[in-house]
Amino acid sequence: MQIQVFAQLNLARHCEAEGRGNLGRFIKDLEKTMTAIEFENISKQYRLGLVSTGTLSHDLNRFWQTKVLRREDPYLKVGEVNDRAHKGASEYVWALKDINFKVEQGDVVGIIGRNGAGKSTLLKLLSRVTAPTTGTIRARGRIASLLEVGTGFHPEMTGRENIYMNGAIMGMSRAEITRKLDEIVDFSGCERFLDTPVKRYSSGMTVRLGFAIAAHLEPEILVVDEVLAVGDAEFQKKAIGKMQDVSRGEGRTVLFVSHNMGAVKNLCKRGIVLNQGQVAFDGGVEEAVGYYTSKSIIDNVWHKQICDFDHLNQAKDVQFLSIEFAKQANTFKIDEPIEFIIQIHGNKNVEKCRINLTIYSADGTPIGSVSNTETFSIKHGEIKTIKISLKNNHLAMGYYNISFSVGLGNYLSCQTDFEVQKNILTFEIKSDLEQLIAAVGQWNHGWGQIMLQSQTIEI
Amino acid sequence: MAAAQTSEWTTVIKPKSSLLSVDFGELWQYRDLYRMFVKRDIVTWYKQTILGPLWFFIQPIMTTIMFMVVFGGIAKISTDGLPQPLFYLAGICLWTYFSECLNQTSKTFIENANMFGKVYFPRLVVPLATVTSNLVRLSIQMGLFFLVFAYYLIFTDAPVHPNLYALLTPVLIALIAALALGFGVLFSSLTTKYRDLTFLLSFIVQLWMYATPVIYPLSTIEDPRLKMLMQANPLTSIMETFKFGMLGVGEFSWAALGYTAGFAVFILALGVIVFNKIQRTFMDTV
Repeated sequence: MQIQVFAQLNLARHCEAEGRGNLGRFIKDLEKTMTAIEFENISKQYRLGLVSTGTLSHDLNRFWQTKVLRREDPYLKVGEVNDRAHKGASEYVWALKDINFKVEQGDVVGIIGRNGAGKSTLLKLLSRVTAPTTGTIRARGRIASLLEVGTGFHPEMTGRENIYMNGAIMGMSRAEITRKLDEIVDFSGCERFLDTPVKRYSSGMTVRLGFAIAAHLEPEILVVDEVLAVGDAEFQKKAIGKMQDVSRGEGRTVLFVSHNMGAVKNLCKRGIVLNQGQVAFDGGVEEAVGYYTSKSIIDNVWHKQICDFDHLNQAKDVQFLSIEFAKQANTFKIDEPIEFIIQIHGNKNVEKCRINLTIYSADGTPIGSVSNTETFSIKHGEIKTIKISLKNNHLAMGYYNISFSVGLGNYLSCQTDFEVQKNILTFEIKSDLEQLIAAVGQWNHGWGQIMLQSQTIEI
Repeated sequence: MAAAQTSEWTTVIKPKSSLLSVDFGELWQYRDLYRMFVKRDIVTWYKQTILGPLWFFIQPIMTTIMFMVVFGGIAKISTDGLPQPLFYLAGICLWTYFSECLNQTSKTFIENANMFGKVYFPRLVVPLATVTSNLVRLSIQMGLFFLVFAYYLIFTDAPVHPNLYALLTPVLIALIAALALGFGVLFSSLTTKYRDLTFLLSFIVQLWMYATPVIYPLSTIEDPRLKMLMQANPLTSIMETFKFGMLGVGEFSWAALGYTAGFAVFILALGVIVFNKIQRTFMDTV
């Protein structure tokens, strides 16, 4: 690609020199329409811990304690002290390191990676929220970033006023918004509430309105960060459809960051996998998702500390302290019972408390849930340890995420959750050797994630 | 090759920008956003209050009454022979505009961190809109001032002598706006790293009022060195010029006003340059 462009430009120059300006200009135009965004040696460095403690007196105190008295930094939080930080030489961390890629015009590129891989940093750089440490990003056309929907919404202003407000923040002119107002209102489905302050809207309606504005931005380059994770199923479908229209029909360039592999596969042609701030894979979206789900989703964590005793959140009636796998590992054989040990803390006296969990496949599709009907009670200030066993789970070989929630009620009644921990643990279902030989081969993902069991008899 | 190509890119994002690269063209492109911010400020000021915009009147009236009791009544500070309500109200209107603008613009980064972290637009739009929306409050309070002014001019024989210098009022307001904006954006840039400065600022603004001839006329200062110091305060000449033009008391000189104008231009330029530099990476430090 790089060579091609060079060649064409050289050709263009050559043609101009020859006096055949038209052809030269034509090729130049061609070249111009090809690349929409170009990342060249982009790196972003952050300092570990805090840049400063936020107050001048603390900064001076820290300087005095660490540099003059040679004591430990009094403002380092527990957990921030790690070996790297102590060596001093590496108190900086590269959130992104030497990112080089180009995005063709009209391309829809999915950017995937684990938490902390640098996806959000990349989008922040592109949407000019912060500047890169090194390198240059070049882009053609208006960039609209959707790191959030409804940025700048003011709760006291009406839906209509907020459409103008948000549109203006996104860089639309007043006339442009007026022209598209009907379309936006129609798309959002908030017509009846247009002259009601946004603070009276449900959260879903706010999101709909925000996305409706964003969808009618018509930028040349659209940068989207997981905004589809909100809203109900119908709206998600509508949103994905709109984004497909934008990219296919109107030839716009879209960069899409998501953990929802289904949506990424649905929308994108090309996938870029980021890992530890570097491009780990760049290619077709199927291969990229395959690479990501096979290589990077599983970590060997079997214990997650969620909250410690000193940082209890009194706003939650009951909260998680830690969740772990009882067998202290996160690989299981097919149909091996999966057992969790969960520690919870009661901030109030609660009767009939329950814990629910949902299992997701590696691409984010929900597989199944336990809506627990077995309840327990917990007292104020009490720590309870609970064991949940998942028997006969029928999960096929592969990688899974689990989410937990603690609350009241189950699928038979109303529900409230005190706390939800999304995708807090991952595990792998492996076939043990004997079974593998018996089964010959592997579970095909096209078959789904559940191994159904049947009885076959001749009649 | 690189040079030929950059000219065709519409957006180039680089690590560092030169010190003076304030993009005024871009600011102009976002004029609709500026208008919306002004509207937002005004619409939301007194939403869900019973008295609504009446608060614009209540604040200066109550302050004037308090000043009359404390400074006029108890401390017996001179008002250059003018009726106390008129004298205090003149000072309060202008001073409130300055202090509100300064306080609000100095919080630009901290209060909008959430929005600034999600989307790009020229950040300078926000403090500019703040200074503009506060003009509405100022003009309502000036209306109150003119009511009181007209009363004393027509119905009493108080020594109120308006003159041609009153026509300088728009210039004075522009100077206050420039000073407040300059100091405000400078402070907001510094507060991204040190929150102490927000506390310091509210304290400074309080003290600053006493260092400015708001509740007393400059003529009461007799010590020449103290007077020099007072005149180094760029707001002194603004207050004095306003009272001189409207009420016919106070000290006016073109030199003092020129000094204030120069100071305002300098602080505004400095503030905008620092602000422009900070805005590129403030999300990493805020």
